Amino acid sequence: MTDKTEGGDVRLSGISKHYGTFTAVHPLDLTVPQGSFFALLGASGCGKTTTLRMIAGLEEPSTGTVHLGDREVTHLPPYKRPVNTVFQSYALFPHLSIFENIAFGLRRRGIKSVKKQVEEMLELVQLGQFAQRKPHQLSGGQQQRVAVARALINHPQVLLLDEPLGALDLKLRRQMQLELKRIQTEVGITFVHVTHDQEEAMTMADTVAVMNGGRVEQLGAPAELYENPRTTFVANFLGTSNLIEASVESAGSDVVVSASGTTLRLPATRCSTTPRAGGKLLVGVRPEKVSLVPAEEENAIAAGRNKITGRIAASSFIGVSTQFVVDSPVCAELEVYVQNIERDARLVPGAEVVLHWNPEHTFGLDAAQDMEAGIETVEESA
Amino acid sequence: MRTPLTWLRRNLVVIAGLGTLAYMILPNVVVTVFSFNNPSGRFNYAWQEFSLDAWKDPCGVADMCGSLGLSLQIALWSTLAATALGTAIAFALVRYRFRARGAVNSLIFLPMAMPEIVMAASLLALFLNMGIQLGFWTILIAHIMFCLSFVVAAVKARVLSMDPRLEEAARDLYAGPVQTFLRVTLPIAAPGIAAGALLSFALSFDDFIITNFNSGNTVTFPMFVWGSAQRGTPVQINVIGTAMFVIAVLVVLAGQMVGNRRKKAQPK
Repeated sequence: MTDKTEGGDVRLSGISKHYGTFTAVHPLDLTVPQGSFFALLGASGCGKTTTLRMIAGLEEPSTGTVHLGDREVTHLPPYKRPVNTVFQSYALFPHLSIFENIAFGLRRRGIKSVKKQVEEMLELVQLGQFAQRKPHQLSGGQQQRVAVARALINHPQVLLLDEPLGALDLKLRRQMQLELKRIQTEVGITFVHVTHDQEEAMTMADTVAVMNGGRVEQLGAPAELYENPRTTFVANFLGTSNLIEASVESAGSDVVVSASGTTLRLPATRCSTTPRAGGKLLVGVRPEKVSLVPAEEENAIAAGRNKITGRIAASSFIGVSTQFVVDSPVCAELEVYVQNIERDARLVPGAEVVLHWNPEHTFGLDAAQDMEAGIETVEESA
Repeated sequence: MRTPLTWLRRNLVVIAGLGTLAYMILPNVVVTVFSFNNPSGRFNYAWQEFSLDAWKDPCGVADMCGSLGLSLQIALWSTLAATALGTAIAFALVRYRFRARGAVNSLIFLPMAMPEIVMAASLLALFLNMGIQLGFWTILIAHIMFCLSFVVAAVKARVLSMDPRLEEAARDLYAGPVQTFLRVTLPIAAPGIAAGALLSFALSFDDFIITNFNSGNTVTFPMFVWGSAQRGTPVQINVIGTAMFVIAVLVVLAGQMVGNRRKKAQPK
């Protein structure tokens, strides 16, 4: 809808939140462009929900300001902000019907004839026949849609979604992801979505901000974050990465590193830090970029590719692909995902293999950080 | 031998339930039956013959209806005051952190735990020392005091189970503090508040011990019943008792019917 052009961007400047001595959010600057689908991604306790609540006005920032377009709203109470929230537990009013739940915002602003708008909104979320029911008589997915409708009917400048799909089962969650994306495209309102599910963030959002420990670790388009993680946390939290600690041999436009006698190359442009000869570097590659061949076919590998030898420790068949865990002197437990196009019968646990990949697909990270950062949380949310 | 035993085992819960019900209801039945008695002497303890005399003239006993009116009046005012104050206290205890919150939290239940006779005596000592004239107002103050803890207990349980996000959602949807309270907080807390109010009314209406100590020359209905029991029991006492019982049962039934109808009306 183009009639919402007066909205403008959401701008957070130097915003932070302390609770006593605990800092939930470190001073942070963030701009959410108007009309975009923006995701705040992070594990629980990373400050993403606090950030969202500061935009909603439910939490007063300790420092910094919140702007909606040109208007400063930092100290406005929530009921005076053109912002609406879809809560994690939906927070539907249990004593009101679905119709009255959705009409709530309109009625509070003194709008008398709400029937038409509410019915349109019920249509949008496909709940027309449930208008007179009470929230507890609906399923989780239906309640979720009511929560979205109740917020959207007010045509907010920004819609805030606080883990809105967290309580749904996997299949329903996938369905609602597409549904929300469709609604966002249809109404053109800025969505700020908080989630701990990296897949959800990547599927839905135009821009993702990965948060960790009250700070934004990295911000960018999903593909950009996935291909060029700048920290180990992002590399591990978004998908899976094989990280190898290596020492830098030479650093030109191509960086040459070695780890346990194996030499690897990567473009200097793909390093998030400036590698120095003699220094350390964390070399990373995504499991699906790596190819796997039996050791006897090593000679058939094209020249110039990064190669690591190892032995298959485990393999699991998951239909579309097979996931291998390869033990190698360079790095224990390298992960490799192989598409099941032609399954090689020789690739079984115990087989000697060679891993190889395009050096362009390698990224380099500062070695002075925790290699394991962000790993557990991925397993937890999966 | 086996079949009766099996039958007993299967229906034990029902039998126990009916037995308990009978145990609780029997006194009410006696009161009701004797409200239709026509006693020969001053005491209404032996069945003589069926009569509607007492029902036709419930206020036929001197001073009884006056004391009944007073009791109802005191019950009404103390219910209103205790419910308003108790609700506010319950919200404060659950929602806010303030100094002495812990102390208030436990001391508020003191009137529930303390023997009534002790409270009655100490209240009397307090009123006498302060030089307050005993009567309607001292009774009212005492009743509000002991009703308060029951209201706090009932409302607190309800507020504790209430999702604070509901109020956040209301504020997020353009409801200011007053609107949020009236449209969301109050309706959701209403069952707890109603329970506290009903309890208050019942407790205040039939309180004897504390009232007896602090009433001066004022006579409430329970005091009237006690007083007349020394000299003879008019049948009208049974009439009032039966009427109160019937009204209470009707209120409960009406509440359940409204609830059932609401449940039935919802699914399409």
